[in-house]
Amino acid sequence: MDVRAQVSMVFHLDKCIGCHTCSVACKNIWTDRKGAEYMWWNNVETKPGTGYPTKWEDQDIYKGGWERNNGSMKLKGAGKLRGLVNIFHNPHLPVIDDYYEPFTYKYLDLIESPAMDDQPTARPVSLITGKPIDIKMGPNWDDDLSGTPDYARNDPNLEGLSAAEQEAMFQLERMAFFYLPRICNHCLNPACVASCPSGAIYKRGEDGVVLINQKVCRAWRMCVTACPYKKSYFNWGTGKSEKCILCYPRIESGQAPACMHSCVGRIRYLGVMLYDADKIESALTGSKNDQELALRQRDILLDPNDPVVIQAAKENGVPDSTIKAAQDSPIYKFVKEWGLAMPLHAEYGTLPMLFYVPPLLPVMASLSDVNNDEQAEKMDPIAKYWNDNWLYDTSTDELWATIDKARMPLKYLANMFSAGDESVIKEALKKLMAVRIYRRWKTVGDIDESKAMAVLEDVGLTTEAVEGIFYLTSLAKFDDRFVIPPAHREQAIEMLEFTGDTKGSTGFGFKEKPLRGW
Amino acid sequence: MGVLDNFLFVGLPYITLVVFLVGTIYRYKATKFNYSSLSSQFLEESSLFWGSMPFHWGLAFLFFGHLIAFLFPSSVLAFNSHPVRLLIIEISAFIAGLLVLFGLCVLFFRRIFNDRLKPVTTKMDIAIELLLITQVVLGLLVAYTSRWGSSWFAAVLTPYLRSLFVLQPEISAITALPFLAKLHIIGANLVFLLIPFSRLVHLLVVPFHYIWRPYQRVVWNISRRSVRDPNTKWTLHRPKNT
Repeated sequence: MDVRAQVSMVFHLDKCIGCHTCSVACKNIWTDRKGAEYMWWNNVETKPGTGYPTKWEDQDIYKGGWERNNGSMKLKGAGKLRGLVNIFHNPHLPVIDDYYEPFTYKYLDLIESPAMDDQPTARPVSLITGKPIDIKMGPNWDDDLSGTPDYARNDPNLEGLSAAEQEAMFQLERMAFFYLPRICNHCLNPACVASCPSGAIYKRGEDGVVLINQKVCRAWRMCVTACPYKKSYFNWGTGKSEKCILCYPRIESGQAPACMHSCVGRIRYLGVMLYDADKIESALTGSKNDQELALRQRDILLDPNDPVVIQAAKENGVPDSTIKAAQDSPIYKFVKEWGLAMPLHAEYGTLPMLFYVPPLLPVMASLSDVNNDEQAEKMDPIAKYWNDNWLYDTSTDELWATIDKARMPLKYLANMFSAGDESVIKEALKKLMAVRIYRRWKTVGDIDESKAMAVLEDVGLTTEAVEGIFYLTSLAKFDDRFVIPPAHREQAIEMLEFTGDTKGSTGFGFKEKPLRGW
Repeated sequence: MGVLDNFLFVGLPYITLVVFLVGTIYRYKATKFNYSSLSSQFLEESSLFWGSMPFHWGLAFLFFGHLIAFLFPSSVLAFNSHPVRLLIIEISAFIAGLLVLFGLCVLFFRRIFNDRLKPVTTKMDIAIELLLITQVVLGLLVAYTSRWGSSWFAAVLTPYLRSLFVLQPEISAITALPFLAKLHIIGANLVFLLIPFSRLVHLLVVPFHYIWRPYQRVVWNISRRSVRDPNTKWTLHRPKNT
């Protein structure tokens, strides 16, 4: 058993309001530089939608991630032979137009324009060429546009849904969408690391953060292809690849990552997970299909309260403070204890270490026909008009029926979070629903205690667990959501340098200005 | 054997060698960040294929051709003793030269005419492209006018280059070469001279080590095992995991 620690995150999608505050916080700190304008290390997508870069989930286009190859895994679009042969021209590289051309506006024209008959306008100009452009695309161009032909209907996750199901999904009355915030997944089997010919990308042993050594990167740009989440970005200014660093300088100094700290909906949880590095290979090569791989990823994660695990962790040099943090970890509870959170697109084979609680909200309310006569009678005679004869049905008479009749089809969620296995999603949604029914009995009181208890028994949750889920979902304070070990001064890079000195530069730990080569 | 010949064929190569070695090593040590191939594929993809592929593959062929003729002259001469083999090697080298020229022209016009590439194009980039185009054209002309280059390179240039490396320069054979061949030699010096000052440094960091390294890479900043071990002696250097 090779016990290691990983700083990991859970996104509670029911709570995400799609405000993009995380993206803006991240951009202001890390990517507000020439060459990095188009990068969004953190971005929020509307699902169903095509995302950023456009259709990134379609690996037939981008060739990211791993694929099964006679019992082993190989990189789909990179690798030793392919990486070196394609080094002069990478046929699978996403280019700037797949993201968007970064732009600004000539604001000064508004002020400096001479007096004239027409209002002055601020024309958009490209941040690459400096010339006026017509803006065709932006990083969140499909925001809230479920149902649109260009975006939602081109979502790669719709694969496996029948045409009728898709149509039903996009009917105006039944339209539903949710938000998907994405950062680098800091995977256990990172494809970017494996694809880098220079060996510039590495996973930190201590906390599992995946980083690119800017001094070793030579712009061979294979990581951009290999990362199936398209979270490794090419800085066209410096000629180096860059990616989310999980705000490691902030974590090392005891602060939450910028995206998490600024999260308005408090959807993010950060904590430590212990995992068994020896199990990674067998999970990858041993699973026969994607669904099995998604399930076996949970087996890699260890129980931090198990004395055997603690002993092995100590022997492996994991500090006591890290073990303690792992025991208090909200991530462990969501992923292992309660089985509510799952990785995004486990089928890509990178073993992503960020987890998502699938959204119940569009599911919970189904549409039902109602007789409005009684309502209409009570209404003001002038306004006596009841537009429709349908209503959102949130009744609990049929306990799990609403999940099956979900507005956001289970298949769709399964394509994203469980490699297509609907039972996993259904189980998680039932648990989330059980918590709601239980709380409704407690607070509203229109449900019998016996019924509430029967529900818990059905999904296999104890009252303790349900209260725990409720607390961590709804009431959790910052210190409950952000549990990482106290900083170890002797290990922190951030503490050895004044970060103000390197403001505006590419990373920490070296004094050389991040100027483009010549 | 005038002063000019001495400068061009003795002085210049030594200057080139010193500048090349000192320049590339210093740049690697002092400003490692800017050791990059500075790929522009991200900004412009389609015409890069027609420029970069023929240029790089053709140049690799030509570079190793010159290198083999320098390292194993007698084998090259023996190989060339059969006219069919000589023709094969000359024709394929000439085709490689044409490919390089074609690729370079595509790359050059791409740099000039594409708006998006202007912010990432330096004067040095243009200078190298022009120099390389000149050098390839000269090489093609030499190959066409003074046959058969692959043989006389091994007979004339290899002894000259070796005399340079053993610090006993012998240039009488060189001064007798045709004018175009002399220009090609001077051009080669200039290319090497510019390597430390241009993006060409990326050819020194071609990632062959990728072939034998394991795919995954984990870096430990500190070896906690040895830190925790009471027998580990305290030093200023933190024990690192290997």
